Amino acid sequence: MEPVLSIDGITKTFRDGETSCPALAGVSFDVAAQEIVCLMGPSGCGKSTLLRIIGGLDYADAGSIGQTSGNKDKKPSAAMVFQDHALFPWLTVYENIVYGLRLSVQNLPEEEITKRAESLLDLTHLNAFALSYPHQLSGGMKQRASVARALAIKPSVLLMDEPFSALDTFTRRELEDEVVRIRQDLKTTFLMVTHNPEEAVYLADRIVILSGRPGVVAAILPVDLPYPRDPADPAFIRIREQVTRMIQGKS
Amino acid sequence: MVLILKQSIRKYGKGLALIVILLIVWEGIALLIQNNYILPRLGEILSVLLQPAAPVLGGESLIQNTIQSLKEVLTGFLCAAAIAIPLGLLIGWSKEVQIYLNPTIQILRPVPPIAWMPFAIAWFGIGFNSILFIIGMGAFFPILINTVDGVQGVRLRWIEVADTFHATTFEKLRTVILPGALPVIWTGLRVSFGVAWMCVVAAEMLPGTTAGLGYLIMYAYNLGQLQVIGAGMIIIGIIGLGADTLFRAGQERLFGWQGRE
Repeated sequence: MEPVLSIDGITKTFRDGETSCPALAGVSFDVAAQEIVCLMGPSGCGKSTLLRIIGGLDYADAGSIGQTSGNKDKKPSAAMVFQDHALFPWLTVYENIVYGLRLSVQNLPEEEITKRAESLLDLTHLNAFALSYPHQLSGGMKQRASVARALAIKPSVLLMDEPFSALDTFTRRELEDEVVRIRQDLKTTFLMVTHNPEEAVYLADRIVILSGRPGVVAAILPVDLPYPRDPADPAFIRIREQVTRMIQGKS
Repeated sequence: MVLILKQSIRKYGKGLALIVILLIVWEGIALLIQNNYILPRLGEILSVLLQPAAPVLGGESLIQNTIQSLKEVLTGFLCAAAIAIPLGLLIGWSKEVQIYLNPTIQILRPVPPIAWMPFAIAWFGIGFNSILFIIGMGAFFPILINTVDGVQGVRLRWIEVADTFHATTFEKLRTVILPGALPVIWTGLRVSFGVAWMCVVAAEMLPGTTAGLGYLIMYAYNLGQLQVIGAGMIIIGIIGLGADTLFRAGQERLFGWQGRE
């Protein structure tokens, strides 16, 4: 399948005066349309940095990011969900969701904005909370609102930086299930950083494992299990343990 | 009704107790010394307050003087805010601008607004415009400093969100920086209003003014009418308290999200 995102030789070194800290050294991989790819690796391997570069929040020293859709106009083709929901606390859930749509770069008529917002409120089960403020929501609802805000601009790829790691186990599983459902409903492509091997095996079509300092692609592991996946399944456990060992650098 | 009364007494009773004690002490001493030129009786102050529409000392009424002072304060305060908020946004947003402007601001800031009076009179003449300038000078810096602080305290993550959606610089200022900084700006406005209110009274005490609470106090002083001074001070205090209460109420209503994001 044609990749929606191709990451090609991304290299990044952080410099602070005299000291320099290499973060990424020639990272390359593709993400295909409607794929869920999880990005894993030991702390400090540059996973978040890579995501920020793809999202346009940071610059690479070398390499390129290719995105099939977008970059013809100025509209963002990737949207980002952060670990802390990063909702604007002075806006209601509804206003947060339409934030990106109201910007001049989108140039959308109000009916279209309302239509998209309503379908996203449906999708994320937040209808009853459209007029609530973020501080009135639970952690899981905040993160769902944050996902809705990102999906609103119809991104070709949704970048998620440890989106569920601050949530309790049950809420987390609920949101992971929603990711699978959203992919099915909206044909969304996901690139997600996670620390949790179980989460990666539960969600990913492929797991990209980076080695640490500086980050290079150590392995790309396809997860060939049907959805919905069962974490108690021996095949699931086998892959999860394999991922864990690879991150620890033991295989 | 009774319940509301009971609740208010529980809430404010302890604070009011001291005021009542001070009034009793005041009245006691006034009774003892029997000299209206040192300490007027409370009854006399009250009788001035209870006739707010009557001409005071052959001039304008309490209400007219109060309105005059309020007009000056609001105009000066709004002018100061109209300049200080955009300028503060700019300084907070751009390190470069801050480097250029900061020394000037830091030198001007500690100058008491009243010290500008001679210049104000030389530039704008006696009266409304000079008073406006003094109030503006007093109100300006608390708003400016708080706006700069507010902008610099806006969470970087919110700006990054706007960046991922490709917001323009102006959109970022309007949709993220300004609302994110607003609670701190609001604090600046609150402080500034208090300063402006103090400035108006002081500025009106200077020669050449013909109305306002500060003028009334000074005029009453020249005539030895201390009960009018007392009445003027009470109005000043109550309006100051009222304004502060409004700002606080606004803070809770508008920025309930603060500290809970």
